[in-house]
Amino acid sequence: MDRFRMIFQYFQSNSESVMNGICGLLALASVKMYTSFDFSCPCLPQYNVAYGLGIMFIPPIILFFCGLILNRQSLVMLEEWRRPAGRRKKDLAVIRYMCSSIMQRAMVAPVVWIIVTLLDGKCLICAFSGSVDPEKFVGFANVSTVQVQQLLAKVPCKDDELMRNNTSRKAVSRYLRCWSQALGWSILLILITAAFLARWLGPCFNQATLLQARHWSNYIDIEQKIFEETCCEHSRLFAHKCILHFFESMRQEIKLHSFSLPQEGEEDEGEEDLLRGITDQDQVNKLLKTWYYEKPPLDVSQAHQR
Amino acid sequence: MDKFRMIFQFFQSNQESFMNGICGIMALASTQMYSAFDFNCPCLPHYNLAYGLGILLVPPFILFLLGFVLNNNISMLAEEWRRPQGRRGKDPSVLRYMFCSMAQRAMIAPAVWVSVTLLDGKCITCAFCTSVPLETLGNASHPRLSQGEIQRVLARIPCKEIYNGQQLIANEVAVRYLRCISQALGWCFVLLMTTLAFLVRSLRPCFSQAAFLKSRYWSHYIDIERKLFDETCAEHARSFAKVCIQQFFEGMSTDPVAARCQLPRKAPADAGEAAEKLLGITDQGTMNMALKSWHRCKPPLHLHPPALPTGNGWAGEGQPPTPTHPSAPRRETAAYYSCV
Repeated sequence: MDRFRMIFQYFQSNSESVMNGICGLLALASVKMYTSFDFSCPCLPQYNVAYGLGIMFIPPIILFFCGLILNRQSLVMLEEWRRPAGRRKKDLAVIRYMCSSIMQRAMVAPVVWIIVTLLDGKCLICAFSGSVDPEKFVGFANVSTVQVQQLLAKVPCKDDELMRNNTSRKAVSRYLRCWSQALGWSILLILITAAFLARWLGPCFNQATLLQARHWSNYIDIEQKIFEETCCEHSRLFAHKCILHFFESMRQEIKLHSFSLPQEGEEDEGEEDLLRGITDQDQVNKLLKTWYYEKPPLDVSQAHQR
Repeated sequence: MDKFRMIFQFFQSNQESFMNGICGIMALASTQMYSAFDFNCPCLPHYNLAYGLGILLVPPFILFLLGFVLNNNISMLAEEWRRPQGRRGKDPSVLRYMFCSMAQRAMIAPAVWVSVTLLDGKCITCAFCTSVPLETLGNASHPRLSQGEIQRVLARIPCKEIYNGQQLIANEVAVRYLRCISQALGWCFVLLMTTLAFLVRSLRPCFSQAAFLKSRYWSHYIDIERKLFDETCAEHARSFAKVCIQQFFEGMSTDPVAARCQLPRKAPADAGEAAEKLLGITDQGTMNMALKSWHRCKPPLHLHPPALPTGNGWAGEGQPPTPTHPSAPRRETAAYYSCV
């Protein structure tokens, strides 16, 4: 009983730490994905905005979905939400608690991607180089409107022949990067402040409800795991009985149709037991053939009653 | 009981995590294969498209098939699908569940290959470099070149060393454009796959949870039953072999000089464990005879009961005609079997 208790305590703390671990791994994966991704701004007027903003927002959506998919608890929550009430009432507070904890964990990797993108600056430079005011920069101030758009669109591409020795390009680039990094740090500050406040002020409101919701959400999770384990154990025992029953019925059939003597030997009884009356090549072949052509019915009630 | 439960929890979780592990390894192998592969665009007008799309689509197909081949459960699915009905009905929902779960795992490595290929950009650049919009990006009104010439020049875009169309369209501009399109396609593909996976996983509990639990239980059952049956047969084969060999040695030890294919007879009860272990063979000559006989004339696959009856006492059901010496017909049978 104690061992049981230890295992399930481990299981319970383990499932939260497993989820936190997955959350951390996804955040690391998102940083790794960003560094290995070869960012290549098209440097064309309409394409820049689409590309830059696309790279900033589409991977976070992908990471968010991945966070939901990899989290086992999201399935548990959905099942709890959609099940018929039956003889057990549904508690919406528990479902809300589970939903919010799943969402919080799933949001970590997307936020990490956005912040890394902003702090690096390439996306914003690519997306908004065409929107800066050309009057502020010497190299672009006296150029015609059409030309200026083309030139500004090429700012993110350092190696382009037009931009190679252009000092104004560097000025625009620095300007946009400064904005991007400021935005990145501000978002980071706001999020951490919000998290800090939530954790500190949380206990001031509804602590009892929170404790209840947390308890029952853990309970639902553990109950589902135990149900799966019990089904697994049950199917193993079922299979065992079914196979024994099958061997037994083969032995009966052989006794009926063969000339063999009744097994009365006292010696080698252990081995005889294991042989289950099948002692001949033909008998073994027949057994294997019957196993394939006529699997026994999924009904071990007769074996039970014996 | 606790130990049982722990072991089978491990077994169950182990099999699924084993399959997930194989899935992850194949995904990593597919990225490794891509980075080790030396992409070599032919830079010729019609070959580019074939090469680029071939590299994009043929390896994923191979990886998909490989995913099925490496999955042990494929034989289980095939067996369950093709077996005669017999006394146990077949449930198509179980077969569908098994097939779907195998197909989902097999799809991961191909999807990784396609994503990595698109995000890298070389394949699309190679395949579609002849379709670059010259009007917007370059100098479409180049008077001296015919359409065919233009195609040939554009086909060399991926090969920077031999590209000679800087006046037509700058190489970097074309490559950046194609790569941008390729990466956009790549991210959209990944988004689509992830959204599909999310929808499949989250809509299931909303609609068919009870049917799903049933299919999952019976598919695990079929797997466990097959493994247990194999174990039981292996156990049986072991006991069979043990008794067979024991009887063989007993036969050899009592009558080594007589005919090679002898009916094994019970050895006299011996004192001492060591003597028992020797199975009555105590000299080189007998041992050599036993080994030769084992090779030339293996005993029949027919185990004899431990003690023959003294009379004609056939207690029990099914009265076949009994000869006076029950061992005589058996001797003939043994001779027939053993020299085949």
